[in-house]
Amino acid sequence: MLLIECPWCGPRDESEFAYGGEADISRPIDPDALSDAEWADYLFMRSNRKGENREIWNHQHGCRRWFVVERDTVSYAIRATFPMDGEGRSP
Amino acid sequence: MSQAFRLPVGGRIRRDEPLEFTFNGRTLSGFAGDTLASALLANGCRVVGRSFKYHRPRGIMAAGAEEPNAIVQVGRGQHAEPNLKATQVELQAGLEARSVRGWPSVNFDLGRINDRLGGVLAAGFYYKTFMSSAGSWHRSERFIRRAAGLGWAPTGSDPDRYESRNAHCDVLVVGAGPAGLSAARSAALAGARVLLVDDQPELGGALLACRDTIDRMPAKDWLAAQAAFLEAQPRVRVLRRCTAFGYHDHNFLSLVQHDLTDHAVVQRLWRVRAKQVVLAQGAFERSLVFPNNDLPGVMLASAVSTYIRRYAVRPGCQLVVFTNNDSGYQAAIDWLEAGGQVEAIVDCRDDVRGDLPRTAQSMGARILTGTVVAGARGRSGLRSVEVAPAAGSGVARQKLQCDVLAMSGGWNPAVHLHSQSGGRNQWQPEPACFTPGNPVQAAVSAGACNGVFGLRECLAQGHQAGQEAARRWGFEPAFDEASEAPAMQSGALMPLWRVPEMRGRLAASKQFIDYQNDTTLSDLRLALREGFEHIEHIKRYTALGFGTDQGKMGNINGMALVAEGLGKTIPEVGTTTFRPPFTPVRFGACAGGDVGDLYEPVRKTPLHEWQVENGAPFEVVGQWLRAHYYPHEGEDLETAVCRECLATRASVGIMDASTLGKIDVSGPDAETFLERLYTHDIARMSVGRCAYGVMLGEDGMVMDDGVMARLGPERFYVTTTTGGAANVLSWMELWLQTEWPDLQVRLTSLTETWSTIALAGPNSRQVLRAMGCDVDLEPEAFPFMTTRTARLENEPVRLFRISFSGELAYEINVRSDRADFMWRRAMAAGAAFGITPYGTETMHVLRAEKGFIIVGQDTDGSVTPVDLGMNWMMSKSKDYIGRRSLARPDCVRPGRKQWVGFRSLDDRTVVREGSQLVQGDTLEPPVPLLGHVSSSYFSACLGYPIALGLLNDGKRRHGEELLAVDAGGGRTRVRVVAPVFYDPEGERQHA
Amino acid sequence: MEKYSALKLIRHALGSNRKWPRAWRKAEPAARYDAVVVGGGGHGLATAYYLASRHGMRNIAVLEKGWIGSGNTGRNTTIVRSNYLWTEASLLYEKSLQLWEGLSRELNYNVMFSQRGVYNLGHTLQEMRDIERRVAANRLNGIDAEVVAAEQIKAAIPIINTSRHARYPILGASLQRRAGVARHDAVAWAFARAADALGVDIIEQCEVRGIDCQGGRVVGLQTSRGPIATGRVGLVAAGHASVVAAMAGLRLPLESHPLQAFVSEPLRPLLDTVVMSNAVHGYVSQSDKGELVIGAGIDAYNGYGQRGSFHTIEHAMQAMVELFPCFSRVRMLRLWGGIVDVSPDACPIIGTTPVRGLYLNCGWGTGGFKATPGSGWVLAHTMAHDAPHELNAPFGLDRFSTGALIDEHGAAAVAH
Repeated sequence: MLLIECPWCGPRDESEFAYGGEADISRPIDPDALSDAEWADYLFMRSNRKGENREIWNHQHGCRRWFVVERDTVSYAIRATFPMDGEGRSP
Repeated sequence: MSQAFRLPVGGRIRRDEPLEFTFNGRTLSGFAGDTLASALLANGCRVVGRSFKYHRPRGIMAAGAEEPNAIVQVGRGQHAEPNLKATQVELQAGLEARSVRGWPSVNFDLGRINDRLGGVLAAGFYYKTFMSSAGSWHRSERFIRRAAGLGWAPTGSDPDRYESRNAHCDVLVVGAGPAGLSAARSAALAGARVLLVDDQPELGGALLACRDTIDRMPAKDWLAAQAAFLEAQPRVRVLRRCTAFGYHDHNFLSLVQHDLTDHAVVQRLWRVRAKQVVLAQGAFERSLVFPNNDLPGVMLASAVSTYIRRYAVRPGCQLVVFTNNDSGYQAAIDWLEAGGQVEAIVDCRDDVRGDLPRTAQSMGARILTGTVVAGARGRSGLRSVEVAPAAGSGVARQKLQCDVLAMSGGWNPAVHLHSQSGGRNQWQPEPACFTPGNPVQAAVSAGACNGVFGLRECLAQGHQAGQEAARRWGFEPAFDEASEAPAMQSGALMPLWRVPEMRGRLAASKQFIDYQNDTTLSDLRLALREGFEHIEHIKRYTALGFGTDQGKMGNINGMALVAEGLGKTIPEVGTTTFRPPFTPVRFGACAGGDVGDLYEPVRKTPLHEWQVENGAPFEVVGQWLRAHYYPHEGEDLETAVCRECLATRASVGIMDASTLGKIDVSGPDAETFLERLYTHDIARMSVGRCAYGVMLGEDGMVMDDGVMARLGPERFYVTTTTGGAANVLSWMELWLQTEWPDLQVRLTSLTETWSTIALAGPNSRQVLRAMGCDVDLEPEAFPFMTTRTARLENEPVRLFRISFSGELAYEINVRSDRADFMWRRAMAAGAAFGITPYGTETMHVLRAEKGFIIVGQDTDGSVTPVDLGMNWMMSKSKDYIGRRSLARPDCVRPGRKQWVGFRSLDDRTVVREGSQLVQGDTLEPPVPLLGHVSSSYFSACLGYPIALGLLNDGKRRHGEELLAVDAGGGRTRVRVVAPVFYDPEGERQHA
Repeated sequence: MEKYSALKLIRHALGSNRKWPRAWRKAEPAARYDAVVVGGGGHGLATAYYLASRHGMRNIAVLEKGWIGSGNTGRNTTIVRSNYLWTEASLLYEKSLQLWEGLSRELNYNVMFSQRGVYNLGHTLQEMRDIERRVAANRLNGIDAEVVAAEQIKAAIPIINTSRHARYPILGASLQRRAGVARHDAVAWAFARAADALGVDIIEQCEVRGIDCQGGRVVGLQTSRGPIATGRVGLVAAGHASVVAAMAGLRLPLESHPLQAFVSEPLRPLLDTVVMSNAVHGYVSQSDKGELVIGAGIDAYNGYGQRGSFHTIEHAMQAMVELFPCFSRVRMLRLWGGIVDVSPDACPIIGTTPVRGLYLNCGWGTGGFKATPGSGWVLAHTMAHDAPHELNAPFGLDRFSTGALIDEHGAAAVAH
């Protein structure tokens, strides 16, 4: 049960959150301009980093906001959490 | 036999509370405060179990969680509890316990024959045989299984109740021995919120059997004072009988509190988030490895002391102590004080000069230095030991009669929780044990679990740990001093992992490392010989450490012997990872209260009560219970559904559609937002219009569908499937917050705010009129696919003229607290038209007659809207989620599965749903599968069965004949037809 | 290779078991191999074995960064079955099941493959429809499968809760009688021993740190024990697939998650088949030693830590007690986690890559153990011929660009 600091609500148990996968994946502005392989890269390919990872979480049973978490995927230590578009906050 | 081994005085048992219990059918007595183990020893029960593989007689070895042998079944029937360690069972009046192994009895076990076959049954023997023919393992396995297992699972459901609680604290102290008590006190004095937990019924840990003084008072008085102090602190919570069994990420610990007697709840799971943890769990004494070291009567030295001092039981008459360190002498001292006879203290060290040896010697104990126990002898219990020089030549020197051997191979700090928390352990050559390395979470280890074994040092370290833990969270430690115990001189331990090999009979005797799994020294050597060199391989090959003591007794000895075999050091062999739980935990305790009726929330609509009153069976859909059908007297599903269908199409039916998801999408950018999520053109929807919408995943596959209505220029009312409601809302929020934060849109779930009553059938308009509807219901004024606010029965409602049945139909959205009222009024108003309530099954039939899909039933995550023939509602003029994926080669490939209908050629057989479609009659596997039937019903209105499904290149196959083959092998000839059976022109819904 | 048999057991026992040979050599890495398999789990060892035994290659190495079988091979719940929904998947798993059926004899090592049957329970009408569909497909594909009713389940498994009043009542199940369980560690050891006997070098404690490519071809590997030259590399690193593939510049459609499992204390026989449930998420069998072996749900987040969150275990316990009320007083003995590499369609990726000579085998998610021999079989073929076997042709990496996914998520075959 991780302890995750929601940028709006503060530290809460993991069971209040939903995981959303890798952060910083933007939907292409013009999907038609992409080759099938490029589209597949957006759609399916993931860095799946071992170690420091940027990922998004949703405070589903709280404020229902999505936010960014910097977490180590080996130690599970959380370095910081951010609003989708904002300043970091250390746990 | 009445407690022949009970001492006349002493111990912490309550002699004024005698208890009777039974063991293997014999009635015995003990006292409150006993464990089952201490009571059995008091009654002279030596053989309490049989070993797993060789069926050797086994006795009680330990006094705690490390006990490998005394495994018992307690209680019977529903109340049975298998595999309890007798050392951890508190004695209670009427307790019924029995040994888990041994047939016909624990004292005479025919399985003992295995002991003679030892060589054949060596580690991993089963990997090398039972494969002479294809079925040989299948045949042999049955016998092997029958011989396996310890206790018996209870029969029936569990009468006990469980619950779980969350707790937060500044400092969690695990273990209430000298270090833990000191830590809890100093943290509490600093002002921290402290949670102190200990797995015993009373606080004290090692102090419960301690003969020393602390702060110049007897240890038990100091203990009482500490306990009283802590209990009196408002910011301290003390949990007894509470085991911290898991140390998880982010300083989250799982604890189980057991044998609760003050509540209906018997066990409680605590989920603790601690800012700081002090680990003070103590240490486990190590056994020694020598031939026949498993005979009943061979015990850990500390256990011997514990039984004497805490439980007033001296488990024998003649004692030999075998030790490699000073602490083993304590057993001899306690034994002598308890009036027993000490044959000798066998110490492998040449140089012995600590305070304890001196005391033992002064009491008259004979000390044999530089000597080891070369082997034990006895049949069903220890009768003698042979001793030999430690620097052995292989010849035993002397035989000592004894009925108890107290052995001490040193101590293993309980590093389990530290290890679970992610911390490494480091090997300390002095005093030869693993101690916790640097903590990786906010934790500190203190006392014996940190490799500090003197009482004085434990008190000091605990005190410091408590202060430090409090200070890290900003509490200023008080100026209190650590409690003091007299300094003790002790000699160094001499690691002794095995004794020199003897010649003669003892050479062939087994030397046990993991007692419960019968893992012997020769098993380890065999594993090494066969190339299993990594400690994890050796453990898995020999089962070392896989018993219910989880290797507490044998793992370190095993690792040391592996190191010896490989010519490596112990740290080179490595440490094994300790995994939760620290000691076994009941499933029920982990499950807590969320079982049975509370397993998962049940969602019921506001109309549920009426449905129950009217005898509806329910269908589980997601978390919801939906009325499946409404049988009249004597009707089954089929007849009821036929009646409901016919009545609806002929006159009017009524259905509870409240479970559909409803989301209000508002804001200046609501239209833009929905354009991006749904395939159809939203901008073309004028206010008051409804439209059917399909939502795709970004992979282009159909994800959800529903009707949306435009309530205003900037306001939409979107409905979703019952099962998809939560997902769709989350999906909308995801896009809005992560990709398009610039859009001004508000999302509000209204699923439970509004209830939905569907009226379907040619007379539905008449029913609304009869309910006093205040809007013009004429088709021109209120056409198909539009919505109106209205008053019905004088209540404000929203009416949607939409149809999932193909009939003239309306959906009434009404405040949920008025839904029951509205439904009952509709029933009354419709009585004149024979209004017929229908459930989900009829809804399915009616929509199937029209060829409408049910997402999740007719689609499976591999279906595009094109496959479903929905091209007409896919905008060409905008981008939307999933559109790009539809252009991928596989999505435009000819021959994809497409949505079609099927008619049974005989016009009688209802094809089983899930049937696969194939061509030709010779079904020689693998048969090419062309598609499957996803929906299939008998259509009462049409008078024949209809089916729908997905078929390769289906659109071009209309008219073809295929074979539908069901899961039972049944075959039905079907013809492919268009996926709409009833009113293909759609005239009725426009009526 | 010394042949194992009952007779040999007796003969060696008479000699106090002092003459048993090593099960496999402790190989040192050579400078060059014809093929190298990265990852010494069951899949990697099986690949090497089939390369040697079926494709005549002998100069092969298996590189394992820890000890063989230390990853998911030694951490799973040992279920073997082939009743998947889609033809592509079920034929691949069926090939594997057929190999399992002869595996102990082929490898001369008893992997304890126990065909005690697997029940996949259905708790809702929709789950029953899915079961009907899957069973019908399986049978036409020549895979044994049947639909059983709740009463039949109760008769076969008297301790199961078939009450109609359960939160998710059991409506029926699919049953595959040929399915079952095997002894997971033994599978790695058995393949290692047999591969070693054919000359394969099994090199433990050897971590791959780089993949050398020239002109779009693999030419060698950098390892913790020095460089190794080779023109063919099979990446069979399960949870670490993305990490290893990244060394060759490949991005994969995978996410690695923790998956936890646990066992109870050993009990007398009470469950002689395998039960799996999706709606009430959990799966259970009883080992030959008597422990109940139980799988939990996958943890939500990416993680390489071989551990998950405790609430996942609480849910699994609730599911177990719901299905088997008599388990409530049974005690959990040991809990652990593995790292599963989950692909978007819950199907593996096995085949060639844009880098010549580099082959992938990953994405098995929660279902890899059952595929061990079949996976090795098709990857060996792919490596030997530089082209996929017909069974793994649909499982190439290119399906994520073309859209030809094999969506096993929808089927009741998601869980393991």
